[in-house]
Amino acid sequence: MKIVYLDNNATTQVASEVMEVMLPYFHEFYGNPSSMHSFGGQVAQKIRVAREQVAALLGASAEEIVFTSCGTESDNAAIRSALATCPDKKHIVISRVEHPAVRALCAHLATHGYRITELPVDKNGLLDLEILDKNIGPDTALVSLMWGNNETGVLFPVQEAAVIAHERGVLFHTDAVQCAGKIPINLKNNLIDMLSLSGHKLHAPKGIGVLYIRKGTKFSPFLIGGHQERERRGGTENTPSIIGLGKACELAAHNMEKENKEVNRLRDKLERELLKKIPQSRINGDPTNRLPNTTNISFEYVEGEAILLLMNELGICASSGSACTSGSLQPSHVLRAMGVPFTMAHGSIRFSLSIYNTEEEIDFVIAQMPAIIERLRGMSPYWTDGKQACTSQ
Amino acid sequence: MWEYTDKVKDHFLNPHNVGEIKNPDGQAEVGSIACGDALKLTFKLDENKRIKEARFKTFGCASAIATSSALTDIIKGMTLEEALQVTNQDIAQYLGGLPQEKMHCSVMGKQALEKAIENYRGAPSLEMGAKIICECFGVTDKEIERAVRENNLATLEEVTNYTKAGGGCGSCHDAIQQIIDSVRSEKRLSPQSKLTNLQKIRLIEETIEREIRPSLKHDGGDIDLIDVIGNRVIVATRGACAVCKASDITLKHFVEHRLRELVSPDITVEEEVSK
Repeated sequence: MKIVYLDNNATTQVASEVMEVMLPYFHEFYGNPSSMHSFGGQVAQKIRVAREQVAALLGASAEEIVFTSCGTESDNAAIRSALATCPDKKHIVISRVEHPAVRALCAHLATHGYRITELPVDKNGLLDLEILDKNIGPDTALVSLMWGNNETGVLFPVQEAAVIAHERGVLFHTDAVQCAGKIPINLKNNLIDMLSLSGHKLHAPKGIGVLYIRKGTKFSPFLIGGHQERERRGGTENTPSIIGLGKACELAAHNMEKENKEVNRLRDKLERELLKKIPQSRINGDPTNRLPNTTNISFEYVEGEAILLLMNELGICASSGSACTSGSLQPSHVLRAMGVPFTMAHGSIRFSLSIYNTEEEIDFVIAQMPAIIERLRGMSPYWTDGKQACTSQ
Repeated sequence: MWEYTDKVKDHFLNPHNVGEIKNPDGQAEVGSIACGDALKLTFKLDENKRIKEARFKTFGCASAIATSSALTDIIKGMTLEEALQVTNQDIAQYLGGLPQEKMHCSVMGKQALEKAIENYRGAPSLEMGAKIICECFGVTDKEIERAVRENNLATLEEVTNYTKAGGGCGSCHDAIQQIIDSVRSEKRLSPQSKLTNLQKIRLIEETIEREIRPSLKHDGGDIDLIDVIGNRVIVATRGACAVCKASDITLKHFVEHRLRELVSPDITVEEEVSK
């Protein structure tokens, strides 16, 4: 069965160009970049290039890039460093819709003497900067806000938020895991102190992440060990993945326009057609301030897991914010924070595209979804016979 | 991704008896759209008072749909007395098992069946006098008690898996724990037949392993059973317990208490005389 992969916010395919540059570094050039011999030294040279490539995508300089093992590690390192370097301050400001890498860590810190403020969002998932300003106090060590939301794609005004944090003398971190490679980022033009990204969201492999630390920002390492990464992250470098991530960043910069034109167009088409063909459906999240590749759509009176499993029968991959998919009993914290009614939240599906999706695939999904929703609505006690589940094509 | 059995998948993809019987003999609706699953069950009896036809409409995940489908298959041809004997475990077993987190779907099926039969009989609800414990999912004390009793549940997490109670805001966790404790203690009060020495030692071992060790380990401690002399249980404390000033209290108030409750009221617990 052909797979139609529309779950790119979960993870992406490693680009073939990326895999190609990685392969020699498993078996052939396996040297340790810290070694004195040139067999290892040649790998160090490649890591330098990769660091430049990552820096170029972010508008950063190479020494501001620290390689980590994943987005979660980067988030943890950033937040813990802010607390370690501001030992007198015990307050962190985040939002109610952060990724678990930030949210769960902060919940943990809350049991260890720190005070956490979770900023609310409006019904479109947007953040009010005035509320941010009001919630920063003399005790605040860090403001950490995600740039793009993984579930809805909604973008936060993090560059403006960084200005506000700086005016109050507070460090600013952003989880940009969903944004890197999808929207232009230029760290030369803003005041963001720390930024996290993850390789496998932009066609590099899993198990590699980056923490950007602005030059001059005090940093206290999370992983203490060897002198790697200028003593900011101990542990022998994941050389193939670092080299792969460098290539992936170069490709992402190259494909940025395609992402924002072509991927955006396919996303809009998918969204428009599904809303048109399937009544009682709606978009979750602000339609304009949004990543180009993501749409989160709720289908009322049906449940997300059931939708996903019927899609799965056709090889269509996506995600849901329903309670049943997570094993928890409540729908996604993001949709709840936005005040999406439970009747809608349980039937939410996230489609996230990449540059590798084709028009044909999107047309296939548009053609198949109405029947899936109709079939489940036909079984639902809330869907009365008088209503028409879907308009025929 | 959930690991559903082939039978669950089959009943989800090709559900049996979907729909609603017009003028049914019995009907019931349980669950709600806010809770994430809901089931409407209707049935009709034949001239011998056996269930001739049963149909369902379900809003919910794959396992909610599959358990509804299985339920209607199971009860077809049964008398109402027979149908009332069907447990949520029977429904789950019919499907070759359900993931623990999805057991509440089978409980929902069982509830719908009972309510539909009550509806037919016009009998007062079994749930008279029940009190809502979990506000988030509207679960009553009676429902929790039954789930604990019928499925031999021991922890809050299990209760949540089976009934959804406690899966929301969490403010009812203490109340749920109290129900678990009271149901489980009433079980133990049932006359404990006289144990042979070997049986007693085995039961003590089991109780320490299952009921005591996990909570000590949670606090960084541990305990070993050294000897059983009559009703004297000799133990050694380990880890954090071994150096804890309060370990005497732990032994008397927790370990001894549990063993008296679960094995025999005559038990005393002593710490091994230090080496």
